[in-house]
Order: sequence, then C-alpha cells, then structure tokens
Amino acid sequence: MPVEYGGLVAEHLAVRTAAGIFDVSHMGEILVRGRDALKFIQRVTCNDAARLTDGQAQYSALLTERGTFVDDILVHRFAEDAYFLCVNAANADKDAAWLARHAAGFDVEVCDVSADYAQLAVQGPRAAAIVQSLAAEDLAGLGYYRFRRDAVLAGVPTLVARTGYTGEDGFELYCAPDDAERLWTALAEAGHPTPCGLGARNTLRLEAKLALYGHEIDDAVTPLEAGLGWICKLDKGDFVGRDALLRQKAAGLTRKLVGFEVEDRVPIRDGYPLVADGREIGRVTSGSPSPFLKKNIGLAYLPIDKTAVGTRVLAVARGREVPCRIVPTPFYARPK
Amino acid sequence: MANYPDDLQYTKDHEWIRITGDSGRVGITFYAQDSLGDVVYVDLPKIGAMVKANEPFGSVESVKAVSELFSPVSGEVIEVNAKLADAPELVNTSPYDDGWMIVIKLSNLSETDALLSAAEYEDFINEK
Repeated sequence: MPVEYGGLVAEHLAVRTAAGIFDVSHMGEILVRGRDALKFIQRVTCNDAARLTDGQAQYSALLTERGTFVDDILVHRFAEDAYFLCVNAANADKDAAWLARHAAGFDVEVCDVSADYAQLAVQGPRAAAIVQSLAAEDLAGLGYYRFRRDAVLAGVPTLVARTGYTGEDGFELYCAPDDAERLWTALAEAGHPTPCGLGARNTLRLEAKLALYGHEIDDAVTPLEAGLGWICKLDKGDFVGRDALLRQKAAGLTRKLVGFEVEDRVPIRDGYPLVADGREIGRVTSGSPSPFLKKNIGLAYLPIDKTAVGTRVLAVARGREVPCRIVPTPFYARPK
Repeated sequence: MANYPDDLQYTKDHEWIRITGDSGRVGITFYAQDSLGDVVYVDLPKIGAMVKANEPFGSVESVKAVSELFSPVSGEVIEVNAKLADAPELVNTSPYDDGWMIVIKLSNLSETDALLSAAEYEDFINEK
C-alpha cells in the first residue's frame, strides 16, 4: 500500500465527499473455532461478545494482565463456535501466539488465516451504491457493524462487512488474495472510487479520532486512558486485564487521551512534546494538518488537570513553542 | 522543459536559485513541490540571517511531511517572501515566481560553480 496515489489531500476529500478504495490486505485475520469459542472470546477480549448475533461485528481489544493493549481488534461472529478476528498487521503473529497461550483449557482452535485473505475497503457516502451495484443480494441495507459472510461481488466470493476506519459509511471486503485484483477492478469500473493510500487512511482516522496501534494505544496504556472505556464491559464476567481496569477505575485516571487544535499554521506532528509551566507534560501520539477541517489537529495523553476542553498547552515544534487548545473529539463526525 | 527554466540553477536537494549580480533568489523546484503535495507551512529565516551552502535554512511542510530547505549558496538573507506566511500554497501553484522563498547576498560567488544547469537537474531527477 503506497502512502498516496494521486495526492493525499485529494484522496482524503474524495472519501469525505464521494468514495475511496483502499487495499488493506496487510491486515491480519485470525479464526477462533471450537465448542468453547464464545467462552474463550469472552475471556480474552474486553468487550461483551455474548451480545453478538451471527453476522454481527464488534470493536474490542486483547489486553495484558495490566489492562494495557496487546492489540485492538474487530470480532466477527460467524456462529457461537466460530469467530473471525481482524487484527493489526504488525501484531498478527504476536496476537496469534498470545491467543494460543491463553487457549489452554478451552476446547478451541486458533488459526492465523492472514495469508488466506486480501482486504479492500470502500469508504465514503457513495460506497453503498458502488458495492450494491456489484451484488444481486441486498448489501446497501446491511446494518452498521453487520456483515454478510457469503456474499458474491462481481463473481468474487466476499465477506462484506459494514465497517471502516475513516469516519465515513463504508465496507470492508475480505476475499481470496487471487481474487483481489478482479474485485478491485470491478469496484473501480462500477463507481470509480478514488484509490487511497496510507497517508489518507491516517488523516481520515485521525479526524474521526480512531486509535492507531503504536500511536494512541500500545502495551503501556489502558482502554480507560485511551477513551475506550465503552469497549470494556467490566460486568460481563472475568477477562484478562479486568482486575487491573477495575483497580484503575477505583483509583481514578491520572492521564487520558485528548484532542487539541493548533492555534497557529505550524503543523504539530507525532512525537512533538507538549509543555505547561516550563515542564514536558506529554507527547503527541498523532498530529497532522486536517485536510477536511483545514486546521492542524492532534492527539496526546495529558495529566488529568490539563484535559478539560478549552485548556491551553504549548506544543514544541522543532524548537518553537506553539499554542494549542484542548477541544471536544472526534474532530470530525459524519452528518447523520 | 518549462518545468525547469533555463535561467535558473539547481541543487540535488531540489532548490533553485536565480542569480542577479551578487545576489540570488531561492525557491524549491517543480519536482520538489510535486513530491511534497499540498504545502501548508513554510518556515523561513529572518532578514539578516547568515546561511551556508548545503545547510538547512528553513523547512517546508505538507500534510504528510516536513522537509528541510537547503541553501544553494552561502551569504546573508536580504529578502524573505512574507506572502508565504498566509499563502503557503503559492509554493505549489507558482514555485518559480510567487512561491520564491528568500534572496541571498552571496558571500562567495565561486560556489555557483557547483550548481546544476536545468538540463543537468532534469537528468538528475530522471535517474531517480
């Protein structure tokens, strides 16, 4: 996947206003099967998989005993005894090994099936019309975070999920690697979605405040700190990391992830320090000019007393102090 | 080719300089602005600053990245394009005219011997 095809800004705006297509075949896929599949998924993920019905997906996470992220994942329920996990590419090996280690005592089989799947994402207000035009069955009517496992798009067997990583409506399409080019070409011919690269994928997800592993989340932060408390169902029963989250919740957070707007033309980027009262108080996890909002935005973990909306902090842009203001997030939410 | 005017000299860091007498106007090439994409910020030195050949004198930022600007020659900055503060996109729309960055009073005219002609620069970027 290149950083850009025809230009990051044009690609970004195409997804917000029309449609874009991304080759995200690098993503990992893991299949969990067996009589204890639900029990196992409940034990190793923090969201409540018991709420899922067949054909429904859920944003969730694998946590360490300390309550920090092993990875953030999408859990798709095929059946009570079969779950399909979409995981971060760089974490696929680690996740599969971690799941296998926790599988002792459960009647389940954990298979890394990443090599069996390519993935294309079609995102944007025109995505539904484009995907629908290639299918005989009703896909435009598929609910948010619902999927069809055995759809056929332009003759290609495809798992069609109404999910995405851009803040827009859209689909993530999983097919056999040998069919991916045919599917891409059919989608391109059907509706000319703009080919989009990693650059636009990053700025789109940042505007929508969707976390990126290695930036907002990693094994040093918890979902509560990351603003992802909504995926932690602490009352669903025991799961790996739950005790640590309960302790952190009882003690209260000392820092959390916030969004800021830069009150200057200088872009504030990943890794730049944030300072207050002459001391470093955090680092930017992701920061960029926002192509749609046309201002400079970013995310950072800050001490709780600096996280109220309206608080002013300084970012240090290669030696220069630049004023920033904490703002509500997401920076962008699509019109309902 | 119009993308690389013959009356300019070029560097392998993708800056151009238009020498007039003992001073030179400096900017970045069509190739550089095209690779960067939409320019959103340009950081330039102040008038009176001293710059050195092949050393950074500022930076230019697009949505995706920050790039250093390298001075083609040594000398003193005698003019700065103030328009770029509010209209950094001029670097994209007019890299050789309205998108110029600084004017340098050269301290060593012989440094221009090391610069590339338009034809040499075009050969250089075509090899990349």
